[in-house]
Amino acid sequence: MTTTTPDTVSIAPEVKRLGLGSWLKKNLFSDWFNSLLTVVVVTVLAYALYSLVSWGVTVAQWAVIPNNIGLYMTGLYPSDQYWRIWILFAIVCTLAGLSWGMLARNLPKLFSRNVLIGFGVVCAGFVLFPPTRPSSPKLLLMVAIVAVAAWAGRAVGRQNSGVGKWISLLWFISYIVAIWLIGGGLGLENVSTNDWGGMVLTLLMAVSGIALCFPMGVILALGRRSSLPVVRWLSIAYIELIRGVPLIAILFMGQVMIPLFLPEGMRPDRVLRAIIGLTIFSAAYLAENVRAGLQAVPRGQQEAAASLGLNTPLTLSLIVLPQALKTAIPAIVGQFISLFQDTTLLSIVGLAELLGISRSVLANPSYLGRYAEVYLFIGVIYWFFCYAMSLGSRKIEERLNTGH
Amino acid sequence: MVSNPGESEKLSFKQLLRDDRFWKIAFQVITLAIVVAILSYFLLNLVTNLERQGTSFGFNFLSNPAGFSIGESALEYQPNDPYGRALFVGFVNTITLVIVGILLATLTGTTAGVASFSQNWLVHKISRAYVGLTRNVPLLLQLFFWYFAVYGILPTPQEQLNLGNFMIASKRGIYVPWPTSGAFLAWLGVLVALAIAAFFVWQWRIKVIVEQGENGQTQLLILGGMLLAALLIFFFAFGWQAPAAQDGGGALGGRRLSREYAASLTALVFYTGAFIAEIVRAGIQSVSRGQWEAARSLGLASGLAMRLVVFPQALRVIIPPLNSEFMNLAKNSSLAFAVAYPELYSVANTTFNQTGRPIEVFLILMATYLTINLIITLGMNTLNNSVQFKER
Repeated sequence: MTTTTPDTVSIAPEVKRLGLGSWLKKNLFSDWFNSLLTVVVVTVLAYALYSLVSWGVTVAQWAVIPNNIGLYMTGLYPSDQYWRIWILFAIVCTLAGLSWGMLARNLPKLFSRNVLIGFGVVCAGFVLFPPTRPSSPKLLLMVAIVAVAAWAGRAVGRQNSGVGKWISLLWFISYIVAIWLIGGGLGLENVSTNDWGGMVLTLLMAVSGIALCFPMGVILALGRRSSLPVVRWLSIAYIELIRGVPLIAILFMGQVMIPLFLPEGMRPDRVLRAIIGLTIFSAAYLAENVRAGLQAVPRGQQEAAASLGLNTPLTLSLIVLPQALKTAIPAIVGQFISLFQDTTLLSIVGLAELLGISRSVLANPSYLGRYAEVYLFIGVIYWFFCYAMSLGSRKIEERLNTGH
Repeated sequence: MVSNPGESEKLSFKQLLRDDRFWKIAFQVITLAIVVAILSYFLLNLVTNLERQGTSFGFNFLSNPAGFSIGESALEYQPNDPYGRALFVGFVNTITLVIVGILLATLTGTTAGVASFSQNWLVHKISRAYVGLTRNVPLLLQLFFWYFAVYGILPTPQEQLNLGNFMIASKRGIYVPWPTSGAFLAWLGVLVALAIAAFFVWQWRIKVIVEQGENGQTQLLILGGMLLAALLIFFFAFGWQAPAAQDGGGALGGRRLSREYAASLTALVFYTGAFIAEIVRAGIQSVSRGQWEAARSLGLASGLAMRLVVFPQALRVIIPPLNSEFMNLAKNSSLAFAVAYPELYSVANTTFNQTGRPIEVFLILMATYLTINLIITLGMNTLNNSVQFKER
């Protein structure tokens, strides 16, 4: 006897579209308590919004933002060398566009309606928003570079899908080029790290910290799960000791203690010391996230690999880690986000990153008391980057989701 | 059988190279050797560097007079007290920040987490917006925002705000009512005892309802009496004293929360609260819908279904990450240093600047924060054990 499965055509249940009135009744006024809640919340919200808007247009003095936009972006970087930052920005835009084009090569349409709307909004923002208006031609050029690079990346990616791995190499090379462009040397004028600052320094430290702490975290996580007692205990000691101390203590003491542990005269640059501190700290947390991912890989996977004759390094790199990292993506990206946020602590140590340079702007007598404006502005910048990262993590998660 | 000794040796060496056990031991020996080599290199440098500076390792400096003053403290402190005392005062300040912070953050976070399941669209959206905004902005920035842009625009002490005669706010700080009764601690003990007794009465009530089929009215009456007694004690026996404003700034009575403390507390509570809200939300979501539906179909009202069925199961998922969130709060409390609240890290920093002993101060810091985290973990583990499945 054969069992036949009927050809089921799954039809989504009919969604009843609610009219405005019934939607309001269902979501806001379903019973007396809900109605009361709605009224109270709406009143409070309306009052808060009104106060905020009236503060924004009457009390607030926004001149502190556009007048210092160069400081926020690059700190005390010499303004005749700004072109180097622009070139760096153009390289990043090119690579970002290429990567996007490659990733989207299987989509029917690269510039869908939503993407075009997004481009339009960004361009309009660059032209209309006062802080970006002076450099809007350059920013529009960057948008154009992204679009062209995306189109090119898609065309190349369609012809030869193996090009993808070269993009990673390009990103790596671009990091070295970035250090060269910012710091100078080899034919470019030297810019001391004391003059690095603002958004550029924040991003540089965050990217370096992320790139360094990831491999270290993976090694520590593997060490902690290892069956070899010496390796395990060393990893546990590192992870637990570091996780027990506040970051500010590590950063501050790192500025003082790292030179003490090195031979006389060897004194790493303070930006480097900051990156070392961030990496040492984040690696311990990342190790815990990766460990959670490792624990989620069923034992059978390792046993199956062993019975196929793979040795331990191969089992780990080909079987266990890919699955573990996939599970751990949300937690890992969460850790990257907090590393990005943690770069603000370096302002206490005296580095002029985004928050640090804002504090020096606020110390300028002509902008005395403009705290709310400045902090709101850089708050929006931080929010944008962190939100973009968490959005990206959700997208990657969806793409890699091979669960049933 | 005759065998060639050289050949067998060769063979055994080859076997050794293929042997997994050999490599396991060799790998550990190599790792240990590398770590020991790096550490001893650092230590050697440290010793020579310290020798060159003319200092030697030791904690004797802790009994030298500190010579700096501490802005606020719950304990008596004079500038000529020893460093050890100063550090302890900083520790107590940290603890006051952490304990109050944990309580308020749990309250905020649970409220926001439960609110994200609200039937009310607006409440749901506000909860989501709060979490999305707060988690994506650095804590230090939020701290500065509260300190400078919110508490910083309070009027000067001369023109202080009087909020309904029980709170007074100015740039110098916020005066709140404070219990003055001499027997305050005793009454607090009575309250705790009442709470413990109430817990047992509640258990007793459930037992008689389940096992004897009674309606539990008597126990409910007892509970009501206890609640009344607790309220009476809280409002009348504590001897609350509202601050009385004085001309020219300041207030008599009540308790002054400095602007630094208030800003640090607000920032920590809002920031950690958002993370706790996500934990609570994930915990409640992890309870399968079937549990909800079963509870509702048994006739439980939605509040009861939440309290008796869903929440106890969600707690198992909520408590472990809550532990690490509390630990984060304890460690993040060190950021209060940035607005000059004299907590442990701030005092340690001054101590290190004056004595030039980074290693010793760092060790003290490390030990103290590890102890705080250990205590939090122990407490949370106890709580965690009490909510786990009771398996037969």
